Amino acid sequence: MSALVHDPRDRGGLQQPMLIARDLRKHFPVKGSGGKSVQAVDGVSFTVGKGETLGVVGESGCGKSTLARLMLHLVKPDAGELVFDGDPVGVATGIAVDALRRQVQMVFQDSYSSLNPRMPVRDSVAFGPFVQGKRKDEARGIARDMLGKVGLDPGLFGPRYPHELSGGQKQRVNIARALATGPRMVILDEPVSALDKSIEAQVLNLLRALKRQFNLTYVFISHDLNVVQYLSDRVLVMYLGRAVEIGPIEVIFGRPRHPYTRALLASRPSMNPAQRIEEPPITGDPPNPIDPPSGCRFHTRCPFAEKVCETTDPALGALQDPHSHMVACHIHDPLSGHSRYGSA
Amino acid sequence: MALAEVRDLNVRFVTREATVHAVNGVSFSVQPGEVLCILGESGSGKSVTLRALMRLLPPRRTQIEGSVHVEGQDVLAMPSRVLRDLRGGLVAMIFQEPMTALDPVYTVGQQIGETVRRHTGCDRQAARKRVLELLELVRIPSAERRLDAYPHELSGGLRQRAMIAMALSCNPRLLLADEPTTALDATVQVQVLILLRRLQRELGMGMIFVTHDLGVAAEIADTIAVMYAGRIVESGPVSQILNAPAHPYTAGLLASTVHGQPRHRDIDAIAGSPPDMRRLPQGCSFTPRCPRRLAECRLAVPEPRFPAPGHMAACHAVAAGVPATQVASTRGSSAAMSAR
Repeated sequence: MSALVHDPRDRGGLQQPMLIARDLRKHFPVKGSGGKSVQAVDGVSFTVGKGETLGVVGESGCGKSTLARLMLHLVKPDAGELVFDGDPVGVATGIAVDALRRQVQMVFQDSYSSLNPRMPVRDSVAFGPFVQGKRKDEARGIARDMLGKVGLDPGLFGPRYPHELSGGQKQRVNIARALATGPRMVILDEPVSALDKSIEAQVLNLLRALKRQFNLTYVFISHDLNVVQYLSDRVLVMYLGRAVEIGPIEVIFGRPRHPYTRALLASRPSMNPAQRIEEPPITGDPPNPIDPPSGCRFHTRCPFAEKVCETTDPALGALQDPHSHMVACHIHDPLSGHSRYGSA
Repeated sequence: MALAEVRDLNVRFVTREATVHAVNGVSFSVQPGEVLCILGESGSGKSVTLRALMRLLPPRRTQIEGSVHVEGQDVLAMPSRVLRDLRGGLVAMIFQEPMTALDPVYTVGQQIGETVRRHTGCDRQAARKRVLELLELVRIPSAERRLDAYPHELSGGLRQRAMIAMALSCNPRLLLADEPTTALDATVQVQVLILLRRLQRELGMGMIFVTHDLGVAAEIADTIAVMYAGRIVESGPVSQILNAPAHPYTAGLLASTVHGQPRHRDIDAIAGSPPDMRRLPQGCSFTPRCPRRLAECRLAVPEPRFPAPGHMAACHAVAAGVPATQVASTRGSSAAMSAR
């Protein structure tokens, strides 16, 4: 954690988390399904500490991108509460949504569709500061500065249009644009997933350097566990709209407790032809989030599922050691009656 | 005799504005029962090479030179009638996106059955029986019910299995796979990889598997050919390539792939970005990004060298005996890594 430099916008102090999410929920109604809905995010709670990087992992359809959008009110939550640096978001006594967006910015996966194709990239970067009240020449100056900070020569790349840039360069522009308004927190939604490996490494290094330089807090969303492990301090594992496990990076990768987290980790290619994966860690695909399974949503694929898993929804509960490690699984709940309690 | 033999393959895409030099002198061979992984980043020419094996490139805009032989048959000289028998018969392909590769208006049973009937001339009933066998072969649960499912009714993993079933329907000797697991989730990807490996072994097929993912290659390959800017820069047995890469690009790719690196240090990224395939630099295309470049690298395309039997690297530094250990210490500073 590097949040030792004092930021005048810091209201709550170091101990106050940058963001608290409580019981966030977002269901998208499906037309012509007779009132059914996609339960994209269904009661997810977590905190993001100041100066830390929270990784969010999960497979497609687990709700990780919806969660990112909820944090910025890009989609409005159906229920739940967001608290930014001690101030509730979007209520009269707290912080307004537009004020939140001055302090929280986002970088999207698709670097091309998130830039205006008819604008030179320096104007895209200058746009944020300009609409937030900077004079045009000031905003331009910020844009030049930020393009330089992400490793793009502003004189060479500033006048170009998005289609004249490579994928890695476009993603650098998106990062510059996110940082141009001087945010304290940046939500990175699969920022390197569309990039080639050699370019991915460059962008990851850049993200790390910028975090130090601007004293940022990151939420890093990815399906790539290796990348999350490299960049994050804590991880939130999601499955079908639920948080199934959350904890410090060493604990989640060193001693994962949820069967899904274990399967996810065991599904990573070994990078060693002498140690190939012989048996799939779990079978089947993630189920459809329109009709999620009853009880524990993972029970249809879980090798340890019992009766209680089909009927009762496990709550996210803290483990003894360490306390910051939480898991939603009956195996770890002494009151659930699961026969494997204490064994894993 | 090799199952597939490609010699000096050159592929250019010609438009009014520019000529893209997609593949520039690629040679390799695949033995029966062997899995060759072609590894490369986007634009390296790996998919174009794969498609050339079935001549699946737009004929009017493509210039192909060199030779492609599958089981002794000259694919590039084949009349289109013979080519239609080859495609899906002797050689079959699995694509990256099952949703776009399968026809959305036909059921899985209908479209796989069509292939079976086209190649074997059997009737509908026999074809349906064969499709059911195939769906069971690729381990689709409740296969009988899935015969009459449309592609959109299947999950991503099942769709990809259906495409594998279609590719296997006429017992190909050579299976071509173009990033078949890239669009899949992690827990599904490993299932499909294990399935492909098992089927390849049981059916004794040769396979050419194109991927950008070193981890995937490590799981499935017998041999790896690394492509950069339309050329094979290194090839050899999978363990050699992953444990003792000789070419600086392969070494750089390994170092920049995130897998358990220390968290407090920068990743050893390869500086810069791949060249413009419309205007390839003279000499070795990797020179501008290479930490081991020598004076001669800009002048001539390096000849293949053999650091070990069966292990080829096309690199002047390898030829000159510059040790590979230099790669780690000469990595670019983050300032030098600014995107070009």
